[in-house]
Amino acid sequence: MLAERGLVFPPINEILRWQDIFPSFNKVALIAVASALIGMALFALAARADAKKAPTGARNLAETTVEFIEEGIVMQTLGKQGLGWTPFLLSLFIFIFLCNIPGVIPILQMPATARMAIPLALSLLVWVLFIGTGLKHQGAKYFGHLLWPPGVPTPLKPLVGGIEFVSTIFITPFSLTVRLMANMMAGHILLVTFGLLTEALVTAETQQILLVPTSILPFFMLIFLTGFEILVAFLQAYIFTILAAVYFSNSTAGHGEEH
Amino acid sequence: MEALSALVAAEEAGAFDPEAKNIAAATNAGLAYGLAAIGPGIGIGYLVGKSVEAMARQPEAAGMVRTTMFLGIAFTEALALIGFVVFILVKFA
Repeated sequence: MLAERGLVFPPINEILRWQDIFPSFNKVALIAVASALIGMALFALAARADAKKAPTGARNLAETTVEFIEEGIVMQTLGKQGLGWTPFLLSLFIFIFLCNIPGVIPILQMPATARMAIPLALSLLVWVLFIGTGLKHQGAKYFGHLLWPPGVPTPLKPLVGGIEFVSTIFITPFSLTVRLMANMMAGHILLVTFGLLTEALVTAETQQILLVPTSILPFFMLIFLTGFEILVAFLQAYIFTILAAVYFSNSTAGHGEEH
Repeated sequence: MEALSALVAAEEAGAFDPEAKNIAAATNAGLAYGLAAIGPGIGIGYLVGKSVEAMARQPEAAGMVRTTMFLGIAFTEALALIGFVVFILVKFA
């Protein structure tokens, strides 16, 4: 792989673009489909266990995850009446987490969310959903509440309206997408960089007595980064889901208080 | 100031000379991300410091403070990562 002496970083397309397995379906799409199927299989298996006995195995994992979503995300943002949102938020969390984690799995080593398609699709879905929910719960007055939060003095209304409009219509889906995509892409590039550096130092062609022992340093960094990437995979899934929950709670906020 | 005009001149020279374009791209990309990382660095440091202080004042609230801290870190880190996307765009496109 190294044609010249020293570290040669491959062109960026070599680590981010994959060949098609069959037309318009590459490794990234395969990982996304596989993670959706694994998520569904896990919960289908868990559903077959007896609900009255103490949970074990797949049922235990599924119940822990549902409890985590309910206690950690839904109760914090939507409150008790928001528990109907649990299946959607649960699917979002499981899908994003299972798409992020192949960044550290040895043979796959590519987070499916490092390319723009999946984060963009998910954040557009969340965006359409929260505007739709607001329209359904508050009718046409929703746009009034969106642009002018309660308690804005009238002279400031045009300014605040403009800011809120840009913020909700453009910045929200954009930041949701870019946060997930850039976190995963940056982690992937970092792992590739330290892996390449370790390999370049171990297979050095001159000064081996100096360079080969030095390769322990990027190797430790690689180990640390792998652990860090597992944390980031979980954290980014959690952040996406809790932000979606916050947007949904803002959409239905007027409903609880004014009716 | 002369450094900035040198960067612009190098960028314009890149229209005729691919090697100069690579040099200009690499320099500008590095500058872009470096500047983008300053603000979020300060912001996240401040945020985590304040949340450590809060956790030390009231250890029973540590769980809620920790959760809100992670949320705040994700928001500020998003800005640094948008800078990273600019880096990728300038360097490789």
